[in-house]
Amino acid sequence: MDTAVATPHSNYLTDGYTLKSWLLTRDHKRIGLLYLFSVTSFFVLGAIFAGIIRAELLTPAGDLVSSDTYNRLFTMHGVVMIFFFLIPAIPSVLGNFLLPIMIGAKDLAFPRLNLLSWYLYTFGGLFTLWALVTGGVDTGWTFYTPYSSSFSNSNVALVIVGIFINGFSSILTGLNFIVTVHKLRAPGMTWFRMPLFVWAHYATGLIMVLGTPVIAITLVMVGAERLLHLGIFDPKLGGDPVLFQHLFWFYSHLAVYIMILPAMGVMSELVAAFSRKAIFGYRFVAFSSLAIAALGFLVWGHHMFVSSESVYSAMAFSLLSFLVAIPSAVKVFNWSATMYKGSISFEAPMLYVFGFIGLFMIGGLTGLFLASIAIDVHVTDTYFVVAHFHYIMVGASIMMFMGGVHFWWPKIFGKLYNEFWAKVAAVTIFLGFNLTFFPQFIVGYLGMPRRYHSYPPEFQVWNILSTAGATVLAVGYAMPAFYLLHSLFRGKPAPSNPWGAKGLEWETTSPPPTHNFETPPVVTEPPYNYAK
Amino acid sequence: MPQTQLLPEQASTMAPRVDALYYFLIAVTAFFTLLVAGLVIYFAFKYRRRSKNEAGTPVHGSMWLEAAWTIIPLIIVLFIFGWSSSIFFSMARPPAKTLDVYAVGKQWMWKFQHPDGRTEVNELHVPVGIDVKLTMTSQDVIHDVYIPSFRLKADVLPGKYTHMWFKATQPGKYHLFCAEYCGTNHSGMVGWIIVQERSEYEQWLAGSVGQGTTMAQAGEKLFKDLACSSCHQGDTIGRGPTLVGLYANKVNLDNGSTVVADEAYLRESILNPRAKVVAGFQPVMPSFQGLVSEEGMLQLLEYIKSLKAMPSNATGVVPPPPPAPASPAKK
Repeated sequence: MDTAVATPHSNYLTDGYTLKSWLLTRDHKRIGLLYLFSVTSFFVLGAIFAGIIRAELLTPAGDLVSSDTYNRLFTMHGVVMIFFFLIPAIPSVLGNFLLPIMIGAKDLAFPRLNLLSWYLYTFGGLFTLWALVTGGVDTGWTFYTPYSSSFSNSNVALVIVGIFINGFSSILTGLNFIVTVHKLRAPGMTWFRMPLFVWAHYATGLIMVLGTPVIAITLVMVGAERLLHLGIFDPKLGGDPVLFQHLFWFYSHLAVYIMILPAMGVMSELVAAFSRKAIFGYRFVAFSSLAIAALGFLVWGHHMFVSSESVYSAMAFSLLSFLVAIPSAVKVFNWSATMYKGSISFEAPMLYVFGFIGLFMIGGLTGLFLASIAIDVHVTDTYFVVAHFHYIMVGASIMMFMGGVHFWWPKIFGKLYNEFWAKVAAVTIFLGFNLTFFPQFIVGYLGMPRRYHSYPPEFQVWNILSTAGATVLAVGYAMPAFYLLHSLFRGKPAPSNPWGAKGLEWETTSPPPTHNFETPPVVTEPPYNYAK
Repeated sequence: MPQTQLLPEQASTMAPRVDALYYFLIAVTAFFTLLVAGLVIYFAFKYRRRSKNEAGTPVHGSMWLEAAWTIIPLIIVLFIFGWSSSIFFSMARPPAKTLDVYAVGKQWMWKFQHPDGRTEVNELHVPVGIDVKLTMTSQDVIHDVYIPSFRLKADVLPGKYTHMWFKATQPGKYHLFCAEYCGTNHSGMVGWIIVQERSEYEQWLAGSVGQGTTMAQAGEKLFKDLACSSCHQGDTIGRGPTLVGLYANKVNLDNGSTVVADEAYLRESILNPRAKVVAGFQPVMPSFQGLVSEEGMLQLLEYIKSLKAMPSNATGVVPPPPPAPASPAKK
């Protein structure tokens, strides 16, 4: 069965070639590809902003761009990368494509809503781009009041509208995932036979539905204060600026879990497939996703230890932040133990698994530094925090976005890519990432504040290292564009199961037919049943 | 040529305590990273695939291992939590007697006032070995006083006072950064903390451009200029309650509750007088919103603080511990 090479058959890619057949599709697989195109475009845009920032920071003086330009660059880098790349990347591309297939369904529960969510995302994105070309926004992606509501002279309101619209895309996707998992599982696909990828996306869906409305209404309040001068956050109008931070971080800390939980789901699939072994402690890994989602609602205050938070509420948030580290640690130990007595091979997706473990460990453990209030007081709002969150939510998420795209590429497009170049890219990205962000831990502890256009000369050496790393990273990110696109035209056709992996997606053809399976599957065995 | 360091200087009593925890966390991080990396590399080598169709040996989990790697990290993080919180307690609680300095942040500069009237811009002189307390506020957006060599940072908020205290241990010149993004010239909102030996500091205080007016005196002048004194006359006949002995004492309000007259209360009562009305008085005071600068407000507060308590006072002001004979105005 592993070697059944795809003969030219009718599949979802051949089911219509017109632009209309794509733009009005209700097929979750095609919508996943629409998202792949969109999020990749935004990633390139965000990366260009980052490149200019790193070039500016090569020298202590702010001499490449003006301060106002610099402030717009880091704001737009954050807005684009967080709201338009990291949050939708894995769920909307891989989740959309795979979640129905993995549970043996023909599509998501609400195919039209799914298409609508792509349009909302695109419309929100275009709004944001419009704000960008007509002058940009300079508040930082955090939109702290009263700067954003009463002081900034940039396009705050436009960007807020863009993010607000995009938020509905997130809510609809989450809702679709939840309903699909509850209602559309194939016969025999019990909850504990679901792949961990599905569990992770289920937990993510819960967060998207429950958390996103909070940021939406918060941004509306910023807009209302800015345009109508309602006193909500600005003390001069009778408001409270710290209130904004509570509301903002309630969602935006959860957003970190929207980024990392799907990555954890991909990780579980990859480590099992390339160890040819069932996940160690399946139930612990599944429930730790839910534990992270639940505890994630209770830790926002750790962003505010120096914002005049009371001593005891700071301590409560500190304690809860330490607790949320435990389910993450449990996952790492289980993934590592999965390799024990496995049959391990080292194709490109597995290299991303190793990369993920490395970045996730460093990102997660430096989270303990920041949960410790005494250290957080010193390093919050410095490059230490910048390094930490890039490791955890960028590094770990992108490792798994890349790992997942490589793993499922043959399934999605029915083509094999060049394995050698894929490995070179994986290693380059890992090295480039560490060279970019590790020095930022050091310069952060030395006291370099974030969002600084110019800085004291003693910090320069670390910034040079970081910029050098960013160059390597850029090369690593650019490589897949070549060999993956090349595979579409020249790649060998992929068999239905090139990795010898378990899971319903590998039992259908590559690429899958429009309705995913020729005959509706019936599930009779536990997940990851390699030792049959 | 700036030399390359890995840690900033330790120049306050907090710095070595924070660094000790930092070292411990580095050790924990290194231990677990090497442990997991070591295991992963070992497994990858030992269990590498040797034939194309080989599958792994089924091992589905172990309750003991799950319990162990839940409970051991839990104990470690609780230990870190306790350690870090004890340091944080010391940071958050200033000693009873401190040398007070007032700071106002505005786009994009720092202004410091010493009680004796000296003001500084983007520089703050403090003596070594003395507990110093900063009382801070912002005139516009949120700023943040960050002194890496002290390992201390605190947001400076508009409409509110925040505090930071430190005891410098090492004479020298240390970076002061604004650490909360505040607009165009955020990275230019920097300055120096200059820590001096006691004698040097005394000289600096006495030296050159001393204005001869203390903050309290400046506040008193403002008090008269704004005509506060026409109602708050320091006796019982004014239309407003006396301010003598008010600071840090309890005040009875017309709604039956009591508040402590701290900086936040005094500030609110000047800017929004009807928010809390002292028992026995009519809400007739106008708002001074927009009429007092942040520096002026701090001077007024310093003046009110300087009005020391008299043995007996007969308005809404009750000195705390010994239940005073003073009559809490009835209503």
